[in-house]
Amino acid sequence: MLKILKYSFYDLIRSRWSYVYLLFYLALGFVLLFLNSDLSKAVITLMNVIIILVPLIGTIFGVMYYYNSKEFTELLLAQPIKRSSIFLGQYLGVALSLSMSLILGLGLPFVMYGLFQSNTIWEFLLLLITGTFLTLIFTALAFNIALYNENKIKGFSYAILLWLFMAVIYDGLFLMSLIMFESYPLDKFSIGATLFNPIDLSRILILLKLDISALLGYTGAVFQKFFGTNLGVILSCVALSIWVFLPTFNIYRKSKKKDF
Amino acid sequence: MIKIDNLHKNFGKNQVLKGVNLGISEGGIFAILGPNGSGKTTLIKSILGMVIPNKGDIFIGDTPIKKSWKYRQQIDYLPQIANFPANLTVKELIRMIKDLRNKPGDDNTLITSFQLSPFLDKKLSNLSGGTKQKVNLVLTLMFDSPLIILDEPTTGLDPIALLELKKIIQKEKAKGKTVLITSHIMSFVEEVADEIVFLLEGKVYFKGNINSLKEKTKETDFEHAIANLLKENNA
Repeated sequence: MLKILKYSFYDLIRSRWSYVYLLFYLALGFVLLFLNSDLSKAVITLMNVIIILVPLIGTIFGVMYYYNSKEFTELLLAQPIKRSSIFLGQYLGVALSLSMSLILGLGLPFVMYGLFQSNTIWEFLLLLITGTFLTLIFTALAFNIALYNENKIKGFSYAILLWLFMAVIYDGLFLMSLIMFESYPLDKFSIGATLFNPIDLSRILILLKLDISALLGYTGAVFQKFFGTNLGVILSCVALSIWVFLPTFNIYRKSKKKDF
Repeated sequence: MIKIDNLHKNFGKNQVLKGVNLGISEGGIFAILGPNGSGKTTLIKSILGMVIPNKGDIFIGDTPIKKSWKYRQQIDYLPQIANFPANLTVKELIRMIKDLRNKPGDDNTLITSFQLSPFLDKKLSNLSGGTKQKVNLVLTLMFDSPLIILDEPTTGLDPIALLELKKIIQKEKAKGKTVLITSHIMSFVEEVADEIVFLLEGKVYFKGNINSLKEKTKETDFEHAIANLLKENNA
């Protein structure tokens, strides 16, 4: 698996799109810090961008990579290599190269603006960790979609829909249900609903750590009240790990049974 | 070398293989023929473990291939469509496949015979279809495995490369290897194949050498004999 990972990673970090992605983050980081050299405010702005953008890029890159390397995957399948190693290796290759673009692209400007001297370093690290989690989760979901759909167009549509649902529609539905059932106790429901959406989960995780109650929103507040900051952070990290594990395990399971 | 027992495969409602029984002995060149959609590629992919059969067993040597992958060390496979990671150069790809298989490969001889040396440092995305097929052939044939499977090896090759390919196939046969070929170019098949396996509607319809096929169909020409097989079945 490590060999496949190495080659997918190597192939990807030389592709134009990885550079575009890296440059985008570099530009974003520098512009933000140039306009407003307050590191902690920049972290909040970045959070809003990362939480929407990282899942989008993860899903699109994931399906794109899978479909583009399909014939090559077939060549690999005919080699004496275990099936699951091929797919897990490719998945990790995509996810890690995307995470690297994110970490380098945002890390460089922040380090240059004196991250190590400031006390936002933990918040910033948490931001990068969440970004990496989101990349791992959404790339894995994208690989799942691609494994189940032979048809490229269908696969792409499902991927976009998944992103749209998680990033936008889910919140809307959630809010609507909160309003409709306002006369009932909703604490448990809202905690449960948050755990089912990695994007919401990441947002709460970062806001808990940043301790900005004004931005926490209803679920964030419930989270904080229920678990306190530290337990809340740990719990959301565990939930994110489960979100990484389940789709990855399904890649392993599905790839064993699929015909090529 | 290969033994296939009552192999069934369907994709959804589409039954592709309906009980294929086939034994392929060691050494020699076998051509798998059949009309479009007769299950040639599915059969080959089942042997490689890329398609998982619904029913039936496949043995390579004496071991069943189910749920195993190490047996593929004995197989060199040329896929039908050659498409490689766009950002690698030819040289890197060759090195990578060698690394993945953990085996030394004799790529230099093949690179000279297919005249690929000017392309070695080019990216794969910049190669023409024919050149890609040559790279594909180098990747397949550079290893010294007892079983070689070629799916449409002639696609896109120029006459010189085609001559080279025929020479290489004969050389491998002389070493006592087993070569499986599918092709739609009948003159190529007639020239290289020792034995024909004719698939029709998911079953082995004919197996034997070219002369016995001609006798059976009472045709003197190989291409007509194959056409005759098809017509006979339709009538």
